Amino acid sequence: MSGVHRVVVTGLGVVSPIGHTAADYWRSLINGVSGLGPITVRMADELTQKVAAEVKDFDPLQHFDDRQISTLDRISQFAVVAAREAIAHAGITIDEALSLKTAAIVGSGAGGQLTTDDSFYRLYRENKTRVFPLTVPKLMVNASASQISMQCGIRGPAFVVASACASATHAIGLAFQMVRAGQVECAVTGGTEASITYGGVRGWEAMRVMAPDVCRPFSRDRKGLVLGEGAAMMVLEPLERARARGAAILGEVVGFGMGADAGDLTAPDRDGMARAMDDALADAQLAPQDIQYVNAHGTGTAANDETETQALHQVFGAHAGKLAISSTKSMVGHALGAAGALELVATVMALREGRVPPTIGYLGPDPACDLDYVPNAARALAIDAALSNSFAFGGLNAVLAVRKFG
Amino acid sequence: MTDVAGDVIAIIAKKARVEKPNIEPGDRLEDLGLESLDAVEMIFDLEEKFDIQIPYNANNPRTEFNTVGEVVSAIQQLVDKKS
Repeated sequence: MSGVHRVVVTGLGVVSPIGHTAADYWRSLINGVSGLGPITVRMADELTQKVAAEVKDFDPLQHFDDRQISTLDRISQFAVVAAREAIAHAGITIDEALSLKTAAIVGSGAGGQLTTDDSFYRLYRENKTRVFPLTVPKLMVNASASQISMQCGIRGPAFVVASACASATHAIGLAFQMVRAGQVECAVTGGTEASITYGGVRGWEAMRVMAPDVCRPFSRDRKGLVLGEGAAMMVLEPLERARARGAAILGEVVGFGMGADAGDLTAPDRDGMARAMDDALADAQLAPQDIQYVNAHGTGTAANDETETQALHQVFGAHAGKLAISSTKSMVGHALGAAGALELVATVMALREGRVPPTIGYLGPDPACDLDYVPNAARALAIDAALSNSFAFGGLNAVLAVRKFG
Repeated sequence: MTDVAGDVIAIIAKKARVEKPNIEPGDRLEDLGLESLDAVEMIFDLEEKFDIQIPYNANNPRTEFNTVGEVVSAIQQLVDKKS
């Protein structure tokens, strides 16, 4: 297969704070369910920050045997469970021939943080001198892509993409480009993160950007982000392959834009954001007025939400006021390297179902955020095309454009 | 000038890369060139220096710590509360 292909989504898989399958996740999103709750990790009682969006009641023994579990950090467990669901949902069998032509491209910002935390705890707190034997292959940042490859029998290009909060969007964007170019016939792609640890939360506390209670993107009186975790994966295929096998087509990925600010380490940059959106639209051959919905980066920080709003004005002009814009981080927190994948799943489902998930926790307008953020309740809306935005610390921006299929 | 004020101003001066005698209580942190990350680092230095916890959230910077004097008095209060 070679040349330029249309790229369609044929399978979705999710492990999230508000549902352990794509269907449950979507149902919760539409019902405005909050995944925020008390932090339960080791030494959480010593933390100043009390709230995060953890994946609750996730029992690895339901998915893996003892031997497998000893090789899998929580981040890889999430990744493999979501990948298996996406593959099953797509109805593909990764046989010998397809195995070589399938990619596993996964976004992860931080790698196996729980394994790292366990090791530090043993060494510095318990004064032990040994760590568990598989510490290195569990915590390595590429572990989630390796585990998907091993567990699902994928022998084509497999690697992890790390760009902090934009990791999954970069990963999916690369997978999209590879399928479009005919370099692979299938891609299992998305993002995964499990970095809610004592040290991880302490790090975010030190940044002074977390909300103590509720994440209220774009709202007045918003107090910052809340950490999340989870994984979302999808199967991408060329349209002709999906059609030939009679697959249900969930949506079409049509454009990808990415760039870097070369500016501040953490402060968002309106022009950088706008450029990534412009590039995604151009790649998709869409005009700004073709877009009805934007799944915003919308972290809930003062700086992001104001700057993203300015960037949306810059890209969409008068049409910005007609967009439905929502931040699903209000429900699942900021899952960092998994965020872009959780959000693209939400965007694909919104296209497919004709319903926009809300921004919950919204108290009322902030003068600096003057667009329609679909406050507090889902909305029925016919969507032909949508964007999903991811803007990372380090000034790395990535935007995907998707279209309803058929 | 109390010791606390002197120490606070020394920390601000270091972060702003300004000579200490040139800093006045009425100076705005923004005018001293302290950007958001500098402010977060300054808060860390102040917490470490005085062994206090400063309830600072970068998401409402406009309501906290506009001027050097405001930082000094906030730190003085936290230090007094501790002792």
